[in-house]
Amino acid sequence: MIVADLPEKELARRLAGAGLRVRTGPVVTEIRSRMPKVAQGIALHYADHPLEEPGGFADFHVRLAPPRNIRRWLQPQVTFQFDGAPPFLPLPADQAFPILEWGLNWCVSAHCHQYLVLHAAVVERSGRALILPAPPGSGKSTLCAGLVSRGWRLLSDELALIDPLTAHIMPLPRPISLKNASIEVIRRFSPDAVLGPTVRDTLKGSVAHVKAPVDSVRRAAEPARPRWIVMPRYQAGAPANLERLPKGRAFMQLVDSAFNYNLHGRKGFETLAQVIDAADCYEFAYGDLEEAVKLYDRLATSA
Amino acid sequence: MIVARPDPVSIALRDPRALPGWTLAQWEALIRQARRANLISRLAVLLDEQGLLDDVPAAPRAHLEAARVVSQAQAEAVRREVAYIGKALARTGVDIVLLKGAAYLFAGLPAARGRVFSDVDILVPEAAIPEVEAALMLHGWATTHHDPYDQRYYRRWMHELPPMLHVTRQTVLDVHHAIVPTTARLKPDSAKLLAASRPVEGDSRLRILAPPDMVLHSAAHLFLNEDLTGGLRDIADLDSLLRHFGQDAGFWQALAARARELDLARPLYYALRYATRILDTPVPAQALQAAETDRPPAWLRRLMDGLFLRALRPAHVSAADRFTALARRALYVRAHWLRMPPLLLAYHLTIKAFRKEQESPS
Repeated sequence: MIVADLPEKELARRLAGAGLRVRTGPVVTEIRSRMPKVAQGIALHYADHPLEEPGGFADFHVRLAPPRNIRRWLQPQVTFQFDGAPPFLPLPADQAFPILEWGLNWCVSAHCHQYLVLHAAVVERSGRALILPAPPGSGKSTLCAGLVSRGWRLLSDELALIDPLTAHIMPLPRPISLKNASIEVIRRFSPDAVLGPTVRDTLKGSVAHVKAPVDSVRRAAEPARPRWIVMPRYQAGAPANLERLPKGRAFMQLVDSAFNYNLHGRKGFETLAQVIDAADCYEFAYGDLEEAVKLYDRLATSA
Repeated sequence: MIVARPDPVSIALRDPRALPGWTLAQWEALIRQARRANLISRLAVLLDEQGLLDDVPAAPRAHLEAARVVSQAQAEAVRREVAYIGKALARTGVDIVLLKGAAYLFAGLPAARGRVFSDVDILVPEAAIPEVEAALMLHGWATTHHDPYDQRYYRRWMHELPPMLHVTRQTVLDVHHAIVPTTARLKPDSAKLLAASRPVEGDSRLRILAPPDMVLHSAAHLFLNEDLTGGLRDIADLDSLLRHFGQDAGFWQALAARARELDLARPLYYALRYATRILDTPVPAQALQAAETDRPPAWLRRLMDGLFLRALRPAHVSAADRFTALARRALYVRAHWLRMPPLLLAYHLTIKAFRKEQESPS
């Protein structure tokens, strides 16, 4: 059973009541909320995700609700609660869906230390993963959304979950978060992409989410092995240019992008070394998404 | 009115051997409570010691493994940190007595296995405090509370320096000269603790408290603590220490005698009462009886049961009733009451109340 199998009313009823248990890759989250924006966001972005029945095991329990303070009468707010306690401050209520997404990322990055977790987008072709670790503003999500709309499978837009035993990457398919100008870029680039409403004035500017493709969600149990590591950098007007990155430097950049490298000690070092050994490492400047996506097409078919 | 039904996390700690037979729903309740109580990694180790980790269903096992990664990394970090502290203090010639988690770790005690560690705590003679603080500052530790009131609060009334933060490693060190606040009603003599301390095996300058003193410190810390949201972890520490040291025939008598000598008989009474109630800690009947002589009167005992048996449950909604929040607040006040004489307490709370207002205008 998937989220889309639930009639709208039943979805809202579960969210308001015992909670909706949604599976995203290896993680099951019980989500509770009475806020219509949350129900709408889930109905749109998680339509294809499997539902787990109560009585099973949920990894995380989250709730989105207005905080109990006097401000709610003046300026409605929303709090993300993690099993009864809020890890962050409340935000304006119209940001309910973005805060759910940030909160779900936090749940994984703060707890799933059975994996080595990198802040990176990951996409896949023929079992081979392209890892895009990058700081915000580098055009990582834009590139990820572009690739995903042209045949690459989405593993994750934010979190690369590396299994320390195999050095393979576990998918965590969830919506791709686009910011500011990228929203228009993707609308034009792939008119078929399903975009949610644009939420303005968040901490990250305007934010809109792209729904993960059905195929990526259905194949969420299929890991992929690292093949390419690319550090993208968007630069207006720049021609798409892949440049080899020495493996030592690539290693250090992966360390910088990791949430929990320090926790894994020697095993963490060995896992990252395995990833680096298996992958070609590049720096990538691009100014045009069309050109960039074509370049990765060639990369995938030639290698 | 007294909470009788044990929580999943206490049941699991008492007998991890039953865990592989639990349903997924039971596991879910357990992981949620254990996460709040900082005890997931402890459960992982207990299961592993029984060879049962592989029998746990994959979904909850992932949480056990993740928590174990964290506690192993923290144990490594504590080892490194203690080495740095040892180096920083080498030239002072002051003996360093490790307390709590760091002590369990360096003593190789079962209580360290799967424990979550945070700051490092050390005990040094009060006379050596200026020298120790200066040496630490030379090596990169800086004081944290810059408010003059806080500085005075720690230095005049507390049993420790304001927490010291290492500026590059961002680790926190608590330097104690006693195990309860200077202003507290109970007056355990630090000189006696230091005199009975013993060297860590394989290290000439690191020391740990004697076994009874280790238990008494854990008890004093827990039962004078203002915030018991992590209290179950401390009960698990006490449980582990008592199980381990209790195997030695002379331990229980030494513990009772030492409690009286250090003015810590009441905290020991509570420690034994609640460790046995909550985690079924095996305490010989004689030892329980010996502690009874220091028990509070019946009315107070009933009140304390009502408070502690609530506050020592995991800080999770599944382990709370309508009196839990009240119990936690009452114990907060009690801890302050025991830590300071009434006038000083009134002064301190007044200052804190005004400051809170300044800090949070909403």
